[in-house]
Amino acid sequence: MYTQEMLESIKKVEATREERLKQILAGNHPRRMTAEEKDQVLLENHPDHIKSQFAELKIGPNKGEKVPIELAETLQANPRINPADIDLTKIDYDVDVLVIGGGGAGSAAAIMAHENGANVMIVTKLRHGDANTMMAEGGIQAADKPNDSPAQHYLDVMGGGHFKNVPELVYKLVNDAPVCIKWLNELGVMFDKEADGTMVTTHGGGTSRKRMHACKDYSGAEIMRVLRDEVQNRQIPVVDFTSAIEIIKDENGKAAGAVLMNMETKDILIARAKTVIIATGGAGRMHYQGFPTSNHYGATADGLVLAYRAGAPLLYAYTLQYHPTGAAYPSQIFGALVTEKVRSIGAQLINSEGEAFMYPLETRDVCASSVIRECRRGNGIDTFGGGQGVWLDSPMIEMLHGEGTIEKRIPAMMRMYLKYGIDMRKQPILIYPTLHYQNGGIKIADNGMSDVENLFVAGEAVGGIHGENRLMGNSLLDIIVFGRNAGVNAAAVAKNTVVSDKLNLDHVESFKKEMAEAGIKTDKVSPKLLPNYTKQKDF
Amino acid sequence: MENMVNIYLYGKKYEVPESLTIMNAMEYAGYQLVRGVGCRCGFCGACATIYRIKGQQELKTCLACQTKVEDNMYIATLPFFPLVKQPYEIENVKPTEQIMMQLYPEIYACIGCNACTKACTQELNVMQYIAYAQRGDFEKCAEESFDCVMCGVCSSRCPAGITHPQVGLLARRLNGKYLAPETQHLLERVAEIENGGCEADLQDIMKKTAEELKEMYNNRDFEK
Repeated sequence: MYTQEMLESIKKVEATREERLKQILAGNHPRRMTAEEKDQVLLENHPDHIKSQFAELKIGPNKGEKVPIELAETLQANPRINPADIDLTKIDYDVDVLVIGGGGAGSAAAIMAHENGANVMIVTKLRHGDANTMMAEGGIQAADKPNDSPAQHYLDVMGGGHFKNVPELVYKLVNDAPVCIKWLNELGVMFDKEADGTMVTTHGGGTSRKRMHACKDYSGAEIMRVLRDEVQNRQIPVVDFTSAIEIIKDENGKAAGAVLMNMETKDILIARAKTVIIATGGAGRMHYQGFPTSNHYGATADGLVLAYRAGAPLLYAYTLQYHPTGAAYPSQIFGALVTEKVRSIGAQLINSEGEAFMYPLETRDVCASSVIRECRRGNGIDTFGGGQGVWLDSPMIEMLHGEGTIEKRIPAMMRMYLKYGIDMRKQPILIYPTLHYQNGGIKIADNGMSDVENLFVAGEAVGGIHGENRLMGNSLLDIIVFGRNAGVNAAAVAKNTVVSDKLNLDHVESFKKEMAEAGIKTDKVSPKLLPNYTKQKDF
Repeated sequence: MENMVNIYLYGKKYEVPESLTIMNAMEYAGYQLVRGVGCRCGFCGACATIYRIKGQQELKTCLACQTKVEDNMYIATLPFFPLVKQPYEIENVKPTEQIMMQLYPEIYACIGCNACTKACTQELNVMQYIAYAQRGDFEKCAEESFDCVMCGVCSSRCPAGITHPQVGLLARRLNGKYLAPETQHLLERVAEIENGGCEADLQDIMKKTAEELKEMYNNRDFEK
């Protein structure tokens, strides 16, 4: 259901389509940017470089560093509890390993902790599986083909992250990738395969080899529902609609549990554990810089708050990923993810004049910046509420790969648009960058432990794996690699840990004191737990 | 000014912009959602909803995040279904009809009413995939049920007490693990890594200086 102006612009897209297809078939893609051109488009257009949108942290382990204003506010907000009011001797749950978060990383961690003999429990503030994992569409990277290697994968990851990635973490990511694909396959994840078993793999932005494995465009959903089923088969307890609102420590300053809150009754519960794994995911619902988001309803940076108050430093908390192709129209799906796979299988980015203004598979940060620049140059298409977008020329896919390709390879996308009267097989779709991923997060060592002893972190809450920009397909990979890793190591450490009967929240008291000394006065509380959209109509 | 419509949330009337989805409309009306909300874009199945348009007879089902409000819509969300899930060990089951008979025997009580298919929020042919499961054709059951978001609406309508989403999930796991062809190149690479065959190259590249890495990165060859 496009407007008249949009339909006029579509005519221009259609007018150039045949020639563009001809060029592709002849092997002539739009030119890739040079390293200098990339630097420039990023510096001038990427939201990470807008200085006025950042604030300096006044307290905590990263004092003096700049992070997005909204994150600074939540990291330096009031705790939800007064430690003096909490009775830590009344223990509601007593386990070896406590996993906070029921997404892909948390579930993988729980399965491996269980596999390694630990008494493990998951707490999650919504339902088990309500997570960004469920919404990851495009796929999962692994260098498992003869023309590829973990070292080649390493190079792509480092370059994509602007060489800021922590090498030891990248090593683990790429080296464990094939093992993780095998693990998932053996759990029954249905990867797209040829008849002879060869994995169907494609490029993602910034990859030099086709190593994106997929399960149609339900890759994350498929992985998540299998992991959830496995957690249920193992009868690992899952306490749902319960958030963690503070880490609890023992007399030696090691993590030893968490203060929990029932999301409905607001009852406070105490979980004691020998080791704790934070797997709370990302931060899209913080809506940094007012961006819409492709993220899950619960993506509010909770883990960062818990860890920061417990004294764990963050790494690269200033860098966020804006996915180049969020839905820009219609308003009902504003910000929803349009998987990178749409470009992987042939759709180009086209401006209002029908020009393919860039190579469509640059890394996500470059691609998003280039789309923003194109709109700033006046080559965008007006959407609604003052917004703009550019075209993603989806009908090209079927012209390149045959009729039925869209339904077979990206059925979720097709369904999403058909609901609003847009058939992406016949008409291009309008996109604009959407807040997608938290590149930075809590600093960990390669065993998954943060700088706070016995406090492990896995998944999107971790910082450093992806440097300043994550490549497509490395997030589903990261949650499996580092989820499993955290589960194994948290179980091992738990075996050598004696349960403490001197639980305390002293760090929360000190944090409050530090806030007062720094003159921070705020009525905000954190972790945020959920966004509040009441009386709004735009999100 | 945007056109407004009247909707009834659990029977109570609210006026909301007509462009909103049911989920957005509830928030616009003032609900701070905790239940019945998840990914907000049709993947997670958290927001199963039942509705009826005033003057019409039929009760319809949908996902609240994927459905626009209509004038005179009566809405009730169904954020939780007490569905049956049978535990099993994936390593110790076989992809034969036996396993369905053992875990979900009620599928053989299907009376063919097709209420599941009519209710499906993903427009899947639910009754068909149950029929495939009955026959032990797990490959077809897996394909047909692949887009299931496990919202549970189908089961709520089933007179035979079938837990369709769990049947589909079991079939998919059996298919992915036992029936889909083995991936030779994957097994070979995993063996290579476990035997240390990839280690030297990795250690080598990890030792490169930032400048050397940049040089390599900017001159990569790309698979066509």
